[in-house]
Amino acid sequence: MNLLEFEGKQLFAKYGISTPIGELYDGSSPLEGASFPLVVKAQVPIGGRGKAGGIRVVRDRTELDQALKEQLGTTIKGHSVQNVLIEERIESEMELYLSITVDRSMRKPVIMASAMGGMDIESVPDGKILREWIDPSIGLQPFVSDNLIRALELKGKLADQFRFVLESLWRLFQEMDAELVEINPLAVTVDKSLVAVDSKVIVDDDSLFRHESLKKHARAITPLERKAGEKGIAFVQLEGDIGVIANGAGLTMATLDFLMLHGGKGGFFLDLGGTDDPEKVKEALLLAVEARPKVVLINIFGGITKCDTVASGLLQAFDEGCIDLPIVARIKGVNEREAIELLKDSKILPALSLDEAAKAAVDISSGA
Amino acid sequence: MAIIIDDSSKVLVQGITGHQGRFHTLKMKEFGTKVVAGVSPGKGGQSVHGVPVFDTVHEAVEETDADTSVVFVPAPFVLDAALEAMGSNISTIVIISEHVPVHDAMRIVSLSLRKQKRIIGPNCPGVASPGKAKVGILPNQIFKRGDVGVVSRSGTLTYEIVDSISQAGMGQSTCVGIGGDRVIGTIFVDCLRMFEEDEQTKRIVLVGEIGGSAEEEAARFIAEHVSKPVCAYIAGRSAPPGKRMGHAGAIVSRGTGTAKSKIKALSDAGVAVATTTVEIPRLLEAQ
Repeated sequence: MNLLEFEGKQLFAKYGISTPIGELYDGSSPLEGASFPLVVKAQVPIGGRGKAGGIRVVRDRTELDQALKEQLGTTIKGHSVQNVLIEERIESEMELYLSITVDRSMRKPVIMASAMGGMDIESVPDGKILREWIDPSIGLQPFVSDNLIRALELKGKLADQFRFVLESLWRLFQEMDAELVEINPLAVTVDKSLVAVDSKVIVDDDSLFRHESLKKHARAITPLERKAGEKGIAFVQLEGDIGVIANGAGLTMATLDFLMLHGGKGGFFLDLGGTDDPEKVKEALLLAVEARPKVVLINIFGGITKCDTVASGLLQAFDEGCIDLPIVARIKGVNEREAIELLKDSKILPALSLDEAAKAAVDISSGA
Repeated sequence: MAIIIDDSSKVLVQGITGHQGRFHTLKMKEFGTKVVAGVSPGKGGQSVHGVPVFDTVHEAVEETDADTSVVFVPAPFVLDAALEAMGSNISTIVIISEHVPVHDAMRIVSLSLRKQKRIIGPNCPGVASPGKAKVGILPNQIFKRGDVGVVSRSGTLTYEIVDSISQAGMGQSTCVGIGGDRVIGTIFVDCLRMFEEDEQTKRIVLVGEIGGSAEEEAARFIAEHVSKPVCAYIAGRSAPPGKRMGHAGAIVSRGTGTAKSKIKALSDAGVAVATTTVEIPRLLEAQ
């Protein structure tokens, strides 16, 4: 889950990391007592908003009103702007970059720091990025901070500040189950203080059971994706017209790839996951119908999800909902015979192989 | 021979009294696995399909000499279950549970490396060595004993491929589902190394997917260290960038982790890469 900038900054503040003085604004009330210059920042959960006009420096009331009008209610890269963050402008001597993320290959957290802050880290030359890997069961040790402080050539008060910010950020990373915590830029002010001018925090969705307070922030891209998430179904909206339901992410992806090879285009990715609850299968099919594809292709290879469970869930959906779409199903694996028996008299078109099922779905979608 | 598990493995089921634990205990036994114990706190003294249940791993290991564990407990309890298993004599821990927080997975992996324990998963279907033993949830009827080693990041997609290999008259030495999460205990390279050393394995199938760089790392390892023929399938050719395709690990981000890059790396390493899953048996037969 990507937190918005102001949500990330609230967390920073909780961990003692300085952020600019600011206020969240939704346009509902007049702004009083502003002292300029100010920075107006659209709150959207994606990077690169500066280039898209989502960050404005304003020098007076007129410019402020103009910026608010231009940002509030508009859409930046597909995300509508509900709130803007209005902040004091930080005068900096230097801008640092600091982040902690999960290094998949090394299978441990990595701290990245650079003296070239303020720009997209992807465009910073690799040689200018410092990396320190942390053993998660040992945690951040003082020597690691020392290494970074030395390499960044930070001295005196600034060195102490950096150590504090890094230790705070590490605690936040661990305690909040973050996948990424990034401060870019981490501004060095004229009086040698460090201020987090921006925040990027991504919290692991799988950890939300222990972060009740964050659940209210949960946001998905489309209403259907949100609905699926609430039901524990992995649903990804795609651009084509053939909906794919399968069990297991790999199989769902491979089914979509199959469709592509047969000239079809996937309309959504719906991974049932491992389930032995017919109710969940029913919900999945109803959700699929709600997405309005031309045809639904079901591809089940039973393991932890048993084939007869899927079959009874599908039948329940037919009993209860208005299934008005053609459905092609290929079901194989644990309890496949029971499943085929159950579906014998249903409206679901059976297919023996994935190849055959994919072809049938493409034919239906193209009106053949 | 086979890798990771064989007919001498003594298996303990953590979370045996749950729905999944019960069902798959039965299926593992039917496969021929020596399931010697189950653990379910507060339910010690019961039995599930003839398997004695204990309150703690420690007790179970003391009574039964279990050396391999399979974890079915819900995600919030996986860290504790894995640490408990690592604290006893268990040497191989197969974590089936999905949605394990990535920070928990990192702690489990870090400790396993230090204690030299083998972790498979999380979010994996387990390991099967046909004719010997199975630890996990892979469907029994798709397997056939043979000389193909299979290693995969996926679950059901693996079943699909194993089934097609068996249907074509070939069989498997061991099939390892390493899991679809970002941080997992056993990686492609570990399995390739074991298959290369395993006498029963004559050829290898690698099933990868978009996201991360594990396939590229596997390709480098194959080029340098694997003499046996390898063929591969990569899922997610049609996946759009920036969308997480179900598995936590399956996402193309900032231009990395694409199917294209993985297919190229593997092809350059001399691996025969299949366009569809149905091609795999043909590629194997050609080797």
